[in-house]
Parts: sequence; C-alpha cells; structure tokens
Amino acid sequence: MTTAPIAIRIEELRKTFRIPEHRVHTLKERTLHPLRRDKFDEFEVLKGVSFEVVQGEFFGIVGRNGSGKSTLLKCLAGIYRTDGGTIAVAGRLSPFIELGVGFNPDLTARDNVLINAVMMGLTPREARARLDEIISFAELERFVDQKLKNYSSGMQVRLAFAVMIQSDPDVLLIDEVLAVGDAAFQQKCIDVFYRLRGEGKTIVLVTHEMGLVERFCHRALKLSGGKITHIGDPAEIGRAYLSENFATVDSSHLQGSESAQIRLVDAWVTDTSGARIDAVSFREWLRIHVVLEARQPISRPGVSIWLSNEDGVRVFAAGARENGEALADLEAGERLEFSIIVQNPLSAGRYYVGCGVTQGSAGLEILLFRNRAADIVSYGADLHSLVNVEFEPSVTRTHPQREAIT
Amino acid sequence: MTTAQPELRRISGPSALGGGGRRFINLTWLVATTDFKLTYFGSVLGYIWSFAQPLLFFGVLYLVFGVVLANTFVKVADFPVLLLMNIVLFNFFQGATGTAVSSVVVRENLVRKMHFPRLVIPLAVVCTAAMQLVLNLLVVLLFMLIYGLQPRLTWLLMPVIALLFFVLSCGVAMLLSALYVRYRDVAPIWGVISQALFYASPVFITIDSIEQHGQTITRFYMCNPLAAILQQARHWIIGNSPSTAEVMGGYGWVLIPTAIGIAICVLGFYVFHREAPRIAEEL
Repeated sequence: MTTAPIAIRIEELRKTFRIPEHRVHTLKERTLHPLRRDKFDEFEVLKGVSFEVVQGEFFGIVGRNGSGKSTLLKCLAGIYRTDGGTIAVAGRLSPFIELGVGFNPDLTARDNVLINAVMMGLTPREARARLDEIISFAELERFVDQKLKNYSSGMQVRLAFAVMIQSDPDVLLIDEVLAVGDAAFQQKCIDVFYRLRGEGKTIVLVTHEMGLVERFCHRALKLSGGKITHIGDPAEIGRAYLSENFATVDSSHLQGSESAQIRLVDAWVTDTSGARIDAVSFREWLRIHVVLEARQPISRPGVSIWLSNEDGVRVFAAGARENGEALADLEAGERLEFSIIVQNPLSAGRYYVGCGVTQGSAGLEILLFRNRAADIVSYGADLHSLVNVEFEPSVTRTHPQREAIT
Repeated sequence: MTTAQPELRRISGPSALGGGGRRFINLTWLVATTDFKLTYFGSVLGYIWSFAQPLLFFGVLYLVFGVVLANTFVKVADFPVLLLMNIVLFNFFQGATGTAVSSVVVRENLVRKMHFPRLVIPLAVVCTAAMQLVLNLLVVLLFMLIYGLQPRLTWLLMPVIALLFFVLSCGVAMLLSALYVRYRDVAPIWGVISQALFYASPVFITIDSIEQHGQTITRFYMCNPLAAILQQARHWIIGNSPSTAEVMGGYGWVLIPTAIGIAICVLGFYVFHREAPRIAEEL
C-alpha cells in the first residue's frame, strides 16, 4: 500500500462507564443524605484501542454484542467523552447513524433535514440548496411535509442516510444501517458504497454482517472485550468472527474434526466412478463424501456439508436426508456416511469442503463445526461469478412508439 | 485521486460550545425558528391563541386586584396597562425557563446521536420564547395606545428591558437544564420557585405597596433581579414611577441585583459547561 495520508488515528483509547449501584436521582435525596457518595460499578468498555485508518480506506469493525464497537464509534463521532488516549480525524466527519436517527418526530422531514444538515456543519443556505437532492435520494418526495412520527423506521433511515451522503463529509461512520430498509434501498446504499469507495472517501463501517465486510472493506478489525484481537485482511477477520461466534455456542473443540459426541472420520471428493480426485473440470459430475462416527447417542442429528471458497464465502450447502425424512437417532459407535452428487458449477479456483453436525430438532446445538475438511480445485471456467447455474434465455422485442402510431 | 488534504484534528468529545461560533448561532437560530413555527403555525388560531393565555390571566388578575380588592391595595396610576406589560414580561421568563428545564432530556435522541454544541438546546428554547415575547410586546404597546397612554421617547428602551430578561432567562435555563439531567426533581422544585417569584416580583403587587414597609424592606425586595428590571420597565414605559435606582436610594444599590443576575448567568454557564461532556451518558 502506498503511503496514503492518515484519516483517523486512534491511540490508546479508553472508555469506562460508571454504572451506579445506588444512584442519587433527586435533589431531595442529595440534601437528605449529603454524605452518601454515589457507588459505582466501573465497566471498562474500551481498554486501550489503537489503530490508524488511511485516507480512502474502507474500514470494517466487527465484534460480538457488547464488545465495544458502538462505543468506539460514538467516541469517534464525538458523542462520548473519552477517558484516555487520543482520537484525531482529518476533515469533516459524518454523524454516526444507526436505527432511530437523531430526528425530532414532531417536525416535518424538511425541517429535520435542515437541522440535521446544519448540525453536520453545513450553513443553512447550503442545507436548503441540497434539500431536494436529499429528499429525492431518500425517495420521499411525497412525504416531505409529513411529520417524522408518521414515517416508518425504514423511511427514517433512508432519510438519515441521504442526509449523511449529501452533506459531503470526508469521513463517514456507518453503524448497521443496512439492517432496515427494503432490498431496493439496500442495493442503493451498496451502490453508494461502491461510488464512495471509488471517490476515495474514508468509511468506517460497523456491522455484524461479515459478507458486507468482506465485500467492501479493505481492512477490518475485530474487537473482543474492549480490545483489538485481529486487524487486517477482512476475510481473515470474518473467519475469526464466525469462529468466535460459534466458539461460544460450545467450546473450542468445535473447530476441530471431533468433539465429545462425534468424530469426523473422513471427508473427500470423488468422480462418478468412485476414485478420489483433487481437481475437477467445470460441468463434470463430482461426489462429496463425509463419514462421521458417533461417540455418544445423538438424538435427532442434523448433518450438513458445504463448499466455501478461498475467502471463506460459502458457495452452497446441503443437509442430509434419509429416505426423504430427517435423520434417525444415532447410537454410540454408529457410523454415518453422507454424500451428495453435483455437476460442478464452480468458477476456477480452490474450494473447501466443510461439515457440521447439530443435535435436536431445532438444530441449534452444534456438536461439530469443521470448515476445511478437504479441498478441491475447479478448473476450465473463469466465470465472472462464483457459480454458473442453468438458465433458459428468452428475448422478446417490442417498439412501443411505432405501435402507438399504427 | 488526490483532493485537498485536510489536517488531522483532535476529537475532543462533546462540549457546551465547540464547533465554531457561526455554526452555533446558525444552529440555535434554526432550532428556535423551527420550534416557533411548530408552536404557532400548527394550530388554526396560531399566534392569537398564544396571546390569549396572558390576556386571560390579565383579565382575572385585573378583576381581582383592580376591581374587587381595589381598596386593599395602594392605588396605582395606569394599573391595567402596567399589569398587562408585567404579565407579558414575567410570562416570558416563566415560560422560557419552565420549558428549558427538561429540554435537554426531551431531545435525548438528538443528544445521543449527534455531535453538536449542547448549549444550543436550552438557548434555542429561550430564543423561541423571545420571539413570542417580541410579538407580545408589540401587542402590549398597541393596548397602551388604545388605553390612551402618551407615547414617550423611552418606549424605545423596551428592547433593553427585553434583552435583560433574555439574558437572565438564558442563565437560569442553562443552570436548570444541566441540573435536570442528574436530578429529576428540579422540574417540580422550579415550578414552585417560579410561582413564588411571581409573587415576589412587582407583577401585580407594585412597588407602591412595598414602599409602605420602609426603605430596608424595599431595598431587600429590589435585590431580586426580576423586580429591578420590572421596576425599570415601569419607569421607562408607563411612567409616573421612580426608576430602580431611585427606589433603592442610589445607583450603588442597583449593583446588587445586577451582581445577582450576573452570578446566575455565570453559575448557569459553569454548571452546563461542566455537565455537557457527559450528558449523553447520564441520560
């Protein structure tokens, strides 16, 4: 990477919340018990976080709930006062936006947009000049003079997103915006992300959606317990995040090929004749096998296998069925072989076979989770997509103007 | 693609002011005018409705103290217009500070999500009330002309009176709105205090009644900044009554209410400034 100028520099950032055990809520209590000190539980949310984001970088922040990522963003946005360390930002910062943005429900969209834009640092004149653009980006022309309390949450987020984009900040902070809003608007946001990335804007995105991070972010960091545990390549962070998520469902042995309940004996790929292969041509048939051995009785087991690419993106997954029904219970020591046969739809590259086993009808109790049990290289087709699916093309031609004349 | 390279700037967290004076003024003005429009253009009767309240109050007070109990109190020249002006001025103070108390908490969703100078919120509340005060005072002047008061040159000093009320209200608004974030009983307490201030200021009990009790009581009474301003307003606008300095017996004495007023403003700003960085967390 070239030595691009730094857009955000955070050094040893600390933030502690004091959660009152007994809170003095009124002046009355304060006067009646003048000597009683407020007791606090100190809750250290950020424990010395340092990183830099260079200009034009799309930076992702992931972490489980309570890991401190929103607090980090709020400190960055200047909403919380920090307890230690420094934050420096180059240029104008967009506000941090999230669900239920800082709008006044009693005001119309027009007034809210003006106030919000001025808060972001535009002059009232600039704000008025951009009002139409903002409203049309949010696709809310018909509702400009409606009070915000009559808006749906999706409409509010659209409006907030539009204000943020149009106020032309140098650094954008985005927190889980795509969670609401319909598919069309989500697509629009994604288009905007691509555009902003092209324009060299610096963007910090906080999300749970690993797909987004892997798709857009140049770099990412993962927070855990108020500390940075990983920083760097988004795909790697994505894997770390997912494994951390699953790790808490059960303990660490999930990642391995065995657990107390079940063992993955083998996973491999063959051609139609049954010979093991490590490469397969596009459109050729292949069979993916896994063999599992139960160590303890397993009730209502669920077995699935999947293929994922180098970036950790799952291409497809398949669940095991027995005579068209859910799998019967497994006895201790019983072996189960599950295989699927598919015609290779994959673009050229290396793919990995993953296997997972769950217990219980809801499939929530994960017994085994193994991402890279075997691998296979696909060749012969460099598609501009991950997979190629069968389709039937159809074309019709019309000429509305000419038909209107006749 | 290289654009002009902005400097790295430290983010210092939320504050009372911060972010440039121009932006502060723009924002305060915008929030205040928007609120003003919302309050007075929302209903059909709009502004008339907002003046009806002090007018009705005036009617009640005038009936009780000017007619029914007329002989209990010292006769005051031009009592009706004096009473109306006093009510309008005091109403502004009471309304502005009363709304300001909870203003920061009411705007919670803004405070928790946007970075902007926190002081905008209470000041915008006072500004909104001030806009109404200006309109109300114009109506009061109209009533005075109808009543038959001779226009005087000192009527031009009305803005000074309004400004003094404005500054004092800002001081109290800052103090109360910051305290309310921590102590929720500030609202009812202030309700009682402002009611008491209504009686402790020469709104309908005029200085003529106080002076009967001697100079010391009068001076003490006039230490209340509200009393000092109201008396000066009467001297300038209505006439037939001494100025605040004359009532207190010298310009030196006026320093006391002035100092109290300034102290309230300084204290208000100090408290708000100290609380501002943590408001988002305390809410």
